[in-house]
Amino acid sequence: MKRNRWFSYLLSVTALLLLWQVVAWSLHSRLLPGPFAVITMLGSEMLSALFWEHTGASFLRITAGLAIAFVTAVPLGLVLGSSQRFDNLLEPVVSLVYPIPKIVLLPLILLVFGLGNMSKIVLIALIIFFQLLLPVRDSARQINREMIVSFRSLGGNRRQFVRHVVLPSSMPGIFTALRLGTGTAIAVLFFAESLSARAGLGYYILNAWGRADYTAMFVGMIALSLVGVFYYEVFAVLERRICPWRHLN
Amino acid sequence: MKSTPELLRLQNIGRDFKSGINCHTVLNNINLAVSAGESLAVVGPSGCGKTTLLMLMSGLLTPTRGKVILEGGIQQGSDRRIALVQQDYGLLPWKTVAQNILLGARLQRITVDADNMNSLKAELGITDLDRLYPEQLSGGQRQRVALARALLLQPQLLLLDEPFAALDAITRERLQDLLRKLHHQRGFGLVIVTHDVREAALLGQRVLVLEGKGAGIHAIVSNTACDRANFRSMPEYFKQSVALRAMIGDAA
Repeated sequence: MKRNRWFSYLLSVTALLLLWQVVAWSLHSRLLPGPFAVITMLGSEMLSALFWEHTGASFLRITAGLAIAFVTAVPLGLVLGSSQRFDNLLEPVVSLVYPIPKIVLLPLILLVFGLGNMSKIVLIALIIFFQLLLPVRDSARQINREMIVSFRSLGGNRRQFVRHVVLPSSMPGIFTALRLGTGTAIAVLFFAESLSARAGLGYYILNAWGRADYTAMFVGMIALSLVGVFYYEVFAVLERRICPWRHLN
Repeated sequence: MKSTPELLRLQNIGRDFKSGINCHTVLNNINLAVSAGESLAVVGPSGCGKTTLLMLMSGLLTPTRGKVILEGGIQQGSDRRIALVQQDYGLLPWKTVAQNILLGARLQRITVDADNMNSLKAELGITDLDRLYPEQLSGGQRQRVALARALLLQPQLLLLDEPFAALDAITRERLQDLLRKLHHQRGFGLVIVTHDVREAALLGQRVLVLEGKGAGIHAIVSNTACDRANFRSMPEYFKQSVALRAMIGDAA
């Protein structure tokens, strides 16, 4: 099973590289360098401390943003999903704030938190917070009545209900939201770093684009994608570990 | 039948459910006592309030009228002396069989006697399932696990809501026989809600027939012959089943 998964991964990457190579040959333009040139440059960049500084800066921002969103959105989502009273109280606020495109708050966030790491982290956390909150709340809401009755008949109190029922039943939804949120977080990170940063893979890509160094630009794009793939896979592995009942043969 | 102490009494019980401005009476004017160690089957037409009655007995639902008295005291909320097993078994999909069985004891911080647990598992035929998840079990195995979880708490009264309704005929018969055996051996009181008159005739020393549309009790039928070992193959079993079916028809 595990071997199949890695084999599929390898096959997909090979297919993508081949497609890329075919398109690069067809266009025959310096705007689209071939995969061999990009991978060669990626290899040499990986020996440079500056490249790792950019990667590290992006990694730190995305990790901190996801962590803040997780520790705030998950408990709140669980409370909203398991308490009708809290849900009734906060539902109007959530409904009002959720559709606002949080990215438009970037100028305000830059003014408040400055041009450093904090503004990017806050923007990622803010956007991912809502991407996590609603799926977690909805997962917690989906607990059927029979399960609630059964748990209460065993003498479970409210705190135990959250621990033994609400949290585990919501875990698959939390991991799905985290995996989906990773893609959004990468996009937000690129946007924030391309506007106001002196370090980070978004800056690296825009800087290469400005220098018309398209091979370096693709190196940055691949590195940023790998950060996304890393998080996607980390969440997939954690989900398989924490939710084994979802992966029974 | 020898005299046994009264365990649970429902006194002038009624239960209404509100839906918007409408108020719907599901149960009314229920007066009933359940003795320690006796078995009572509850039957009646669809929507007569069988499950509501069970919920009221369990303490998970409060009556709109009347009171539930458990061993002389007014019942307030769920009580460890009473265990409930629902039709869908109520097992938590993310817990293994062992974790599910121990859940009630863990929630109530009861130290489990390992010998008692192992003998219970052996009686129920679930000794090799500890590490499996509910999704990996058959319907019959899930029901056995749910029974083990309930009986591990050593309740004085076991409430079962259509426990074998979703099972095939052979598994249902096996589990009915197993339940009869456990009831006789362990001596707990048993209230079983069922839509199957044959099951009611087999498992209830008394059978309560509820009136349709929340009108109350239609009849309480004595059925002590069900204690006989080979009752399933006796003419009384079939006669009682036919009589109960006719009564439910009248009660509808």
